[in-house]
Amino acid sequence: MSKEIKILGTGCLKCKQTEAVVTNIVAEHNIDATIKKVEDIMDIMKYNVMSTPAVVIDEKVVIKGRIPSKLELIDLLK
Amino acid sequence: MFNWLQEIADYLVFDVFGMSTEGHLSKALNFFIYDTVKIFLLLFVIIFLMGIVNSYFPVDKVRNYLSRNKLFGFEYLMASFFGVVTPFCSCSSIPLFIGFVKGGIPLGVTFSFLVTSPLVNEVAIGLFLGLFGVKTTVIYVVSGILLGTISGAILQKLKLEKYLSPWVKEVLIHSQKEQAVFTAEKYPFRNRLPFIWKEVLKILKGILPYVLIGIAIGGLMHGYIPEGFFEQYMSRDNLWAVPVSTILAVPMYSNASGVLPIVQVLVAKGIPLGTAIAFMMGVVGLSLPEAMLLKKVMSLKLIAIFFGVVTLCIIISGYIFNFIF
Repeated sequence: MSKEIKILGTGCLKCKQTEAVVTNIVAEHNIDATIKKVEDIMDIMKYNVMSTPAVVIDEKVVIKGRIPSKLELIDLLK
Repeated sequence: MFNWLQEIADYLVFDVFGMSTEGHLSKALNFFIYDTVKIFLLLFVIIFLMGIVNSYFPVDKVRNYLSRNKLFGFEYLMASFFGVVTPFCSCSSIPLFIGFVKGGIPLGVTFSFLVTSPLVNEVAIGLFLGLFGVKTTVIYVVSGILLGTISGAILQKLKLEKYLSPWVKEVLIHSQKEQAVFTAEKYPFRNRLPFIWKEVLKILKGILPYVLIGIAIGGLMHGYIPEGFFEQYMSRDNLWAVPVSTILAVPMYSNASGVLPIVQVLVAKGIPLGTAIAFMMGVVGLSLPEAMLLKKVMSLKLIAIFFGVVTLCIIISGYIFNFIF
């Protein structure tokens, strides 16, 4: 089943780096997933996160307030 | 404590590079080597310690604590204190603001947190220790916390909720105490360590260029500007110096790592410490980019009041600093 990954962030440097890491992992491991960037603050707040960047997989917040490491992401996506 | 480091710097510059002990360039280089190594050692220690604290007190826990407990006026001090241990990133300030409002935390308490967080954090403390020593650092940290506490309490008294953006007011109406379920990560210390370690390296890498440039500029100024140079322009008796330098500093933005090395040289060359710190607080604490961000959650009028109150508090603390030293 295709996974839906969302990256929450208002557009700061860390958020862009997070997006890059996620995009790389998905491409490298041929993971079936769609990546969406959520930049609107009101949409971000729906997920109840207080520190960005955050990563949401299938509507569940899995990482918040930091750039995830590659290993972590692979674990989360498998 | 750092005599050994001075000896290494002396040995490198005067013996290995064979430079004269009197030249401007060699003095500047010596200062640069000594300062850089010392500051990075201190930064490393402080960021690491704060990383440990933060791992056990993430911002969600802080929010829940403030939301749940009746603190009888101490909530401003607590929020301000939490602002110190939470690493600050300007891009997080809006989600944080909304998160606090959602948790039913009073606006003034939220402001206390927002004021202290950029002013006093692990990077600022590490740099302060390296550049000014323990005594000045303690006074700075205490006054930063008090600044957040007092300006937050004043802002609360002004009843500013009506100046929030309409959608934030909506959030405010639906705010609930203790609604967020926070699943605490129950890892033993051993498992937390790799994360903390990585975070430390990331922060250090992030601020490295700013600190190096700051120290380099500082080093040049140190070697070329004569002692007491600024005294003729900005003496202690000049009452205008503090407000003027604070107001000039507010629109500017830099993080603590960029300004502090320069502030240190200004102080060494005769600018009163209070004036220099007021300038630094203006640069680090308030800025045009931050005002633009806050525009999403509050009206211009509220931003103006917020900046006004904090600026006033910074000016007062500048005078107090000048009075003490």
